[in-house]
Amino acid sequence: MFAKTTRRLLLAATAAFAMVASAAQAGEVTFWTWRQEDKAVYTDLFAAFTKSHPGITVKFEAFPNENYNTIVSTALAGGKGADVLHVRAYGGLEAMAKAGYLVPLDPAKVPELKNLPADALASETLRADGKIYAVSLAGQTVGILINKDLFATAGVAVPTNWADFLAAGKALKAKGITPIANGTATPWMVAVFHSAFTNPFLGPQFVTDMLAGKTNFEDKRYVDALARLLELRDMLPAGFTGVDYPTAQQLFSTGRAAMFVGGSFEIGPFRRANPKLNLDFIAPPAPAAGQPTHVSRWFDSGFAINAKSTHSEDAMALVRWLATPEFAIPAAEKLGNISSLSNAPNSDPLLGKVAELNKTAMPYIMLVHFRYESPTGSDLLQDGVQKMMAGTMTPAEVGKMITDGIAKYYVPFQKK
Amino acid sequence: MTTRAARRWRQGAWITLLLAPALIILAGFVTLPLLAALRYAFYAFDGLAPAGFVGTANFETILFEAPYAAWTMRALGHNAIVFVSLMLFQNGLAYLVAFALLKTLPGHRLHQVIVFLPVVLSAVIVGFLWKLMLHPLFGVINAALALLGIAPHPWLGDENTALGAIILTNAWHWLGFPALIFLAGMQRIGAETLEAARLDGAGDWVLLRHIIWPLVAPATTIVFTLTFIGSFNWFELPYVMAGLTGSPGGATDVLGLYAYRLAFGSATAGLQDFGRGSAMAVLMFLFLAMVSAVALKFLRRREMEL
Repeated sequence: MFAKTTRRLLLAATAAFAMVASAAQAGEVTFWTWRQEDKAVYTDLFAAFTKSHPGITVKFEAFPNENYNTIVSTALAGGKGADVLHVRAYGGLEAMAKAGYLVPLDPAKVPELKNLPADALASETLRADGKIYAVSLAGQTVGILINKDLFATAGVAVPTNWADFLAAGKALKAKGITPIANGTATPWMVAVFHSAFTNPFLGPQFVTDMLAGKTNFEDKRYVDALARLLELRDMLPAGFTGVDYPTAQQLFSTGRAAMFVGGSFEIGPFRRANPKLNLDFIAPPAPAAGQPTHVSRWFDSGFAINAKSTHSEDAMALVRWLATPEFAIPAAEKLGNISSLSNAPNSDPLLGKVAELNKTAMPYIMLVHFRYESPTGSDLLQDGVQKMMAGTMTPAEVGKMITDGIAKYYVPFQKK
Repeated sequence: MTTRAARRWRQGAWITLLLAPALIILAGFVTLPLLAALRYAFYAFDGLAPAGFVGTANFETILFEAPYAAWTMRALGHNAIVFVSLMLFQNGLAYLVAFALLKTLPGHRLHQVIVFLPVVLSAVIVGFLWKLMLHPLFGVINAALALLGIAPHPWLGDENTALGAIILTNAWHWLGFPALIFLAGMQRIGAETLEAARLDGAGDWVLLRHIIWPLVAPATTIVFTLTFIGSFNWFELPYVMAGLTGSPGGATDVLGLYAYRLAFGSATAGLQDFGRGSAMAVLMFLFLAMVSAVALKFLRRREMEL
């Protein structure tokens, strides 16, 4: 009796195991991402892929954003995971590529890579071997989203330089409108806010000097730019140190605040949250009238092939297709992104405007250049600027803390 | 084989069979990860894969090298503040609440339920609710204070009040648990003991301080140990209310959040380093195990003395 039950149980278990093992069938490529909200878009696009590549289907699987790194790294370490993976860029990409979990993309075998500009390729390149490991999906641009109706009601012109910007803030406030929706309770939003306003003051020469090892974050240009952020405190909501990301989004989408300092990736969600919102996306104010300004830009994710994939040819076909306009144009339209591809225009007027601003963009410095080793520039910056805005650290102290932290692994910052 | 031996063998087989699921789960989900963490703590990580044995380098980094050493000490300091505050406020109040419930005043059954009710809620729900109540713009707490003429305050956004606000939330959430343990301890004291003390003219204070306190010493030992472990393993509530970085500016950073950040990074700022993260976890485990063992031994002896 006992033995019989055991045998039945064993049989059932074997059958279940066989079913799981055969879940990824021949001609089926599995795809993992953290973008659960984009499932419908990807499912449609992958159907188009199957049409042009008969015999290959794509199975979409999404995991929560917060746990994605953990789930993927655990799976890859165990020699498992999807055939094609949505991966991060810069340091996040390097972490996976260095460990040998991803297939390097040879430009001779992936001719579609020539559709991507150099800085997009750089975002998915392992610096140590100079090889490209993923096809970049989209670029993100940091600027200012504005509610045109609120500016019109208050009779305030949209400012383009620093002095006008501060004056506009005062005028909006006098009309009972919160000028800027952002608070400082969510650390990564602090970094976005910081980059938007400091980059125009720093200028591209600062980045060049930094990468040449001629200066660090104690540079007067950087400390002065940080000090500018303090002038904006009056424009933020009351109790801004406790205002987090979702609150800032609410304040802007419900028309209680005139501006939202954020990425181009906010355009889609704001349109969905309030279709009546009369949106515009502008560059941050220039230091003075007549001077140039710069939005900040980074490339945020890409598609890579798992080195342990059992369907590597089909996976390669999919990744090559992901680097073509056939995928990139409809994906950018449906996801509200700006494709990384140089030959994928966006018909949306607002995204078209962002693409125009990108022509004079500066890098989103900490992510693009200082998120490869710990403590990352982002870790240090978010901590420091949050404190500076709360008044418990000075701009000079923040500059020193960032420099000292990065100096741990970045030789040009190490004092002789 | 005699029938008795066969019966004993069958019994043994049954016990093994019944224990096996628990043992397998325990080994798979507790023992193995613990051993893996112990091993990883001695490895450098290059990206996601181990890049070679480095001895105690990870421990040295998190304990002695800037800026990690300062972050470790800051987190440890916050855990200590959490422990002391919870012992004083949460458990002190729980002791008084238990005494009030012991008096079986009218409606004491209802009160018993009310006091214990928050304990059954998930920390995520409690954290989220209190975060809304403490909200600087829309929060009910600021609204209530405004009625009293007190200016609104960003409780969770101010470095001076953020940790305190989360500790108070924790006290609200968990008050019922130590109260229940104390109450159970108090109910075990014979009614005649308390009556005798009362006849001798002991008031509530004397009763609490000199009669009940020594007699509920075993309950205090349990409460102390659980609060200690809970305070130094604190994770859910600060994670929900202040995020992975212990916002603002690390004012609410505790060892649990810090170890998680070291190991897994945060999607928006940090990188993964299982070596340092594991080293931190191993240190936390050793610290908790040693202090708990010493404290238990000391408290048990004190129980006898009392």
